[in-house]
Amino acid sequence: MLAVTIAGISMKTPVMTASGTFGFGPEYSDFVDLNTIGAIVVKGTTLAPRAGNSGCRIAETPAGMLNSIGLENPGSDEFLKATLPKLKKYDVPIIVNISGNTVEEYGKLAAKLSVNGVAGFELNISCPNVKEGGIAFGTVPQSAAAVVREVKKNTHLPVIAKLSPNVTDIVAMARAVEEAGADAISLINTLLGMAIDTKSWRPVLGNVVGGLSGPAVKPVALRMVWQVANAVNVPVIGMGGIMTALDAVEFLLAGASAVAVGTANFVNPYAAAEVAEGLCEYLKERGLSHVQKLVGQVNHNIG
Amino acid sequence: MPKTVVKASVLEHTLIGPQVRRLTFAAPILAQQALPGQFVHVKVTESIVPLLRRPISIADVNPDNGTLTLIYRIVGQGTSLLAEVKPGGQLDIMGPLGNGFSLETERPLLVGGGIGLAPMVYLAKSLCPRPITIIMGGRNKEEMYWQEIFQSLCRSIHITTDDGSLGRQGFTVDALSDMLSADTFDIVYACGPQPMLEGVARLATAKNIRCQVSLEDHMACGVGACLSCTCAATDGKRRKVCADGPVFWAEEVFS
Repeated sequence: MLAVTIAGISMKTPVMTASGTFGFGPEYSDFVDLNTIGAIVVKGTTLAPRAGNSGCRIAETPAGMLNSIGLENPGSDEFLKATLPKLKKYDVPIIVNISGNTVEEYGKLAAKLSVNGVAGFELNISCPNVKEGGIAFGTVPQSAAAVVREVKKNTHLPVIAKLSPNVTDIVAMARAVEEAGADAISLINTLLGMAIDTKSWRPVLGNVVGGLSGPAVKPVALRMVWQVANAVNVPVIGMGGIMTALDAVEFLLAGASAVAVGTANFVNPYAAAEVAEGLCEYLKERGLSHVQKLVGQVNHNIG
Repeated sequence: MPKTVVKASVLEHTLIGPQVRRLTFAAPILAQQALPGQFVHVKVTESIVPLLRRPISIADVNPDNGTLTLIYRIVGQGTSLLAEVKPGGQLDIMGPLGNGFSLETERPLLVGGGIGLAPMVYLAKSLCPRPITIIMGGRNKEEMYWQEIFQSLCRSIHITTDDGSLGRQGFTVDALSDMLSADTFDIVYACGPQPMLEGVARLATAKNIRCQVSLEDHMACGVGACLSCTCAATDGKRRKVCADGPVFWAEEVFS
């Protein structure tokens, strides 16, 4: 009822966990049977270890949060040596979110991490919190396409391009990465935001600006998923503020073939599992045989 | 021990000091497992505003009647909402999280500043009947409601206040310096503001006494996933305050 195949990756459910919100997976194994998750998109990984940004990295906002972690991660060597072996004992597709400072680095990372146990890559061309790379590749269609082409040259595994919402034309970005060979598109990454402490008059975040996530961004995410799904032929993975199964239903109706739960994991560590269970119930109540029956079915007949 | 989320009934919720409340709730599963120094992650509302949980250290545990007690200061939107929860009400509590204090000691010295004294209550209880010495610091006399709490748990209590209205005027670190010269301890436990922790660690290290510090930071997930709360460790790597801590050996995080 819930099984889907996205970009050649078979998943038991269309509910994935969004990069940066579920660690590498085992952090949540006390709460969720990792074997039941659609796919785990692990924390953004770079060639060398990164310490991330200094100062305060998180600020709560109405129905959301800003983060400016800055891609702290143990690096690709540590991922292969320590993390991946632990993940292999679970029967769940592992998608590695990769981020490079240059186009070539994305290619190197993809080649290096195209190993047994990795199901595919999500290209982080949309991180708002790093000075080089990240969002720089995600706001210019030609740059995003160049990253996708380079990664495709360096791996046989499926490639998902993760788009930034911080652009004027999301459809142009989606078309560019599709044309460059992306096997799927995920969106949205966080919306660039800011918070200021009214006592000190200083920015709350050490990095001054950060990425907004959580329920606050859901309407924006949903609109963009709908726009992109109507413009491309590759599958779309929808994310942005999904807290409940009904939120996921909205994204599916908008045209997403799968969804990812992100910030909700922080609030409710069972969220990924509960969204999948809730989807199942929703389908049963509606007498629908498969989740596919929802995809892109938003009814435009307003009258 | 597995971490979990429980719906806990609030049993007692009282103001014990200026803007400070003591909250006791029934959570038998957590009470069986919680170690001194660990924390719980509290959802203060069913609404999505505020969205995130609030990490609060465990101040006391009663495994026999299955209760946990938190002592927290009302500082913002989250704790203000929490303060409104009445006995009989329900709270969504995730825990127990993080790593606790080492209990390998014969002669412990506890140092707590302000609300940092909260985890020291359960620590002191867990260290009984060993002879416990505690240095407690606060802004003024009104903040020293802790004295009553620690009276029955500690053999020796030393107080410092910023304004000198009770005990010695100054900071806990000033008192610590004298204490370490006058008496013998095999471990120093500290929880409080960062400058205090650094000062305590420096003094303990200079005297070659083992020292554990409990850090705090803003955090979202509480389980090591979001990396909001990481800090630089002395080995050049990063540590997650939530999952690798909040209790660290001083030399691990302070150089």
